[in-house]
Amino acid sequence: MVTIENLHKKFNKNIVLSGIDLNINEGGIFAVLGPNGSGKTTLIKSILGMVIPNKGKISVLGTNIKHNSAYRSKIDYLPQIANFPNNLKVRELIKMIKDLRGKTDEDVRLIKLFNLEPFLNKKLGNLSGGTKQKVNIVLTFMFDSPLIILDEPTTGLDPISLIELKKLIQNEKAKGKTLLITSHIMSFVEEVSDEIVFILEGEIYFKGTINDLKTKTDQPDFEHAIASILTINNA
Amino acid sequence: MLKILKYSFYDLMRSRWSYVYFVFYLLLGVVLLFLNNNLSKAVITLMNVIIVLVPLIGTIFGVMYYYNSKEFTELLLAQPLKRSSIFLGQYLGVALSLSMSLILGLGIPFVFYGLFRSNDIWDFSLLLITGTFLTFIFTALAFNIALSNENRIKGFGYAILLWLFLAVIYDGLFLMSLILFEDYPLDKLSLFGTMLNPIDLSRTLILLKLDISALLGYTGAVFKKFFGTNFGLIVSIIMLSVWVVLPVLRIVYKSNRKDF
Amino acid sequence: MKKGFISLIIIFCASVLNIKAETIEVCTTCKITSIKEAIAIAKDFDTIIVKKGTYYEYDIVIDKPLTIIGENYPVIDGKLKGEIITIHSDNVTVGGFHIINVGISYTEDYAAIRIVKSKNFIIQNLKLEKLFFGIYLEKAKEGKILNNTIIGDAKQEYNSGNGIQLWYSKNIEIEGNYVQGVRDGIYLEFSDFCNITNNISKGNIRYGLHFMFSNNDVYKGNTFENNGAGVAVMFSKKIKMYNNTFKENWGSASYGLLLKEINDAEIIGNTFEKNTIGINIEGTNRINYKNNDFIRNGWAIKVRGACYANIFSGNNFLYNSFDLSYNSKMNDNVFDGNYWSNYAGYDLDKDGIGDVPYRPVKLFSYIVNRTPETIILLRSLFIDIIDFSEKVSPVFTPDDLLDNNPSIKKIEW
Repeated sequence: MVTIENLHKKFNKNIVLSGIDLNINEGGIFAVLGPNGSGKTTLIKSILGMVIPNKGKISVLGTNIKHNSAYRSKIDYLPQIANFPNNLKVRELIKMIKDLRGKTDEDVRLIKLFNLEPFLNKKLGNLSGGTKQKVNIVLTFMFDSPLIILDEPTTGLDPISLIELKKLIQNEKAKGKTLLITSHIMSFVEEVSDEIVFILEGEIYFKGTINDLKTKTDQPDFEHAIASILTINNA
Repeated sequence: MLKILKYSFYDLMRSRWSYVYFVFYLLLGVVLLFLNNNLSKAVITLMNVIIVLVPLIGTIFGVMYYYNSKEFTELLLAQPLKRSSIFLGQYLGVALSLSMSLILGLGIPFVFYGLFRSNDIWDFSLLLITGTFLTFIFTALAFNIALSNENRIKGFGYAILLWLFLAVIYDGLFLMSLILFEDYPLDKLSLFGTMLNPIDLSRTLILLKLDISALLGYTGAVFKKFFGTNFGLIVSIIMLSVWVVLPVLRIVYKSNRKDF
Repeated sequence: MKKGFISLIIIFCASVLNIKAETIEVCTTCKITSIKEAIAIAKDFDTIIVKKGTYYEYDIVIDKPLTIIGENYPVIDGKLKGEIITIHSDNVTVGGFHIINVGISYTEDYAAIRIVKSKNFIIQNLKLEKLFFGIYLEKAKEGKILNNTIIGDAKQEYNSGNGIQLWYSKNIEIEGNYVQGVRDGIYLEFSDFCNITNNISKGNIRYGLHFMFSNNDVYKGNTFENNGAGVAVMFSKKIKMYNNTFKENWGSASYGLLLKEINDAEIIGNTFEKNTIGINIEGTNRINYKNNDFIRNGWAIKVRGACYANIFSGNNFLYNSFDLSYNSKMNDNVFDGNYWSNYAGYDLDKDGIGDVPYRPVKLFSYIVNRTPETIILLRSLFIDIIDFSEKVSPVFTPDDLLDNNPSIKKIEW
């Protein structure tokens, strides 16, 4: 699904990614983990073509993404901070994204699911953070793309919506799609992901299932396993 | 690109700032007509104002729009869209909406005052054409500055500096160098110096219209050819177009290499 | 015998109409086929009528008081051989001819028609083309030059002549003429008490109208357009200039009106429009400028020095690139009660006069005098700023040069 070979990226003199090789197979949920500033978001943005690597090759669904934009129609992306043009109404934003990406009717169902009907005619600038995140989720899941990338999807969600989100994720997985998720909420990661990729200082420190990680670090639970990686490396 | 242009344009047309500029130009037009009580005089005053004000508004607004629509831009970047389409669409959206504010804001009071029945319609059209050119040039320059500076305070600073340089400082340096080298033939140099600054370039377009009598007082042959024939008008318009195209090309170049 | 018979009949017919003077007809098929011939046989105060046709004649000398009238514009073609008509007699009227191909010489001033030491003449309704000099008055007096059209094709000054030239002449009326494409449209040298009225002088390579050493002349209601310079008045006294229009005299040495070493003139009610320089003044004293319109000139008035006791009042200065330029810091002239479209003051007491004086000389005009190329910076914000600072505290421009009573509204008269 996604193949990354020898990916390097630095911002000015600050090296963020140094030689990442990663292969994500089709189907299943992958969590990209790592401490703050480890390069998670840079990696995701590289896959999306928003960050342009200094070196390396990225292929999505078999096509090299360099100087290419069409491949992004195969990706649904949920950005980390949901800030939208403030002058647009929710209805208009949804219409606009549909206009840019193509037709879908999923939005009606999703709007109902997250109880967004009362907000449809409100300007995005007047919405609360949680509501914005719900709109963000609607925009992401209303298309039927084989690859879904979620950057901190749980931010600002109330418990009911969180449950709905998890359901959505499982549904998509059931359809055989590939999902790439970053999150700080370890319980959420543990609950949904099939495989994790742990990035540390721009390199892949670990790739495998959660159980593998527990075995490797010799820790009984996931959270402690992660913590132990960090303490070892900081020591 | 047209879709982006459409959304940027809609977004701007609904924003407070477009109305502010529209109302500002409207007031400017009304006040000038009221104070001067004379169409020709109002047009002349306006020409002096436009070549300074439009670049200022273009740069400030361009930079502001870019920084304020960062989220929108990031949203678009994740869509299957070319980067050049996204940025050119946004650029054109800004430049067009500013030009609209200018043309409608100034046009409405002048039309009501009886522009179509007067001989000043050509001067007024020239004024609007120049204003539109300047809007497109300075919005493009603003986008360049914003694309190169993540820090918005810095971006605003550079934008104001750019305006101050081209509107005032450049002419000061230009004047000093002309006086310094007054013993040499200067007509080519002075025309060349004018071409390098879009504000000066628009100013010559206006001089061609208002001050042709004074310009023809100078003896240089190059001057004579430039100001005495349509040559000057054609060259100025071509150079203004170059001044639009170059920054736009840099927007494309820069946006294709930028990380978000 | 037959010839004598016909002329007898002509003389008889003429005598029926007018006992005193007789009429002689000239045409290509008449008994008399040339003008010279007709003059030769004519007696004093006879009338010669020339019918339509082309007459190849030059050196026609009119030495007796005659009226010579062309009917339907007969052509007199001088074939570039020399002067065409020369008048050596008082009381001559010539009119209605189309005169072409005057000889061109570098040693002699050949004219289409010359009046020498004569008075009471009328030259009217002539059309002159392909000429060297047009109408040349030499020590002539009390004559009229009316409604002639003079169209030359002069290219250079040195091999072209003037349209209407007066030399040591007095009391001449020049009215309703149209002069184009010659060196000077109308030229007066040592000629006093002449009236020049309602003429149009256009596209001449030197001056539309030129005075040299001529005094007490009046010109009014004339139009001077697109000449090398509109009107030049030099070394003359008491010239009155009323209600003329000076238009589009463009070029590096182009003026609507050039005044050099002239005293006690009146310049009233004229319009100066779109000239490179409206009025260029050098060495002029006691001149009264009143109620003139200066519209969109490069420089409305350029003062080159040695100008004293001139008064500028009640003029309109409208949208000139520069209203006034001085080349010195000295000022002995008065500017009072003019309307300046560039005036930015206010009138709080509503008396129609601005409460702050207007300073018509800008620093930038001083800079442009020094370095002409800087003209390209006209209307720049930077220039406005330095002009403003000069206005606040004059350093380079005369600080007493002020209009203390600038009018708030355009002046009507």
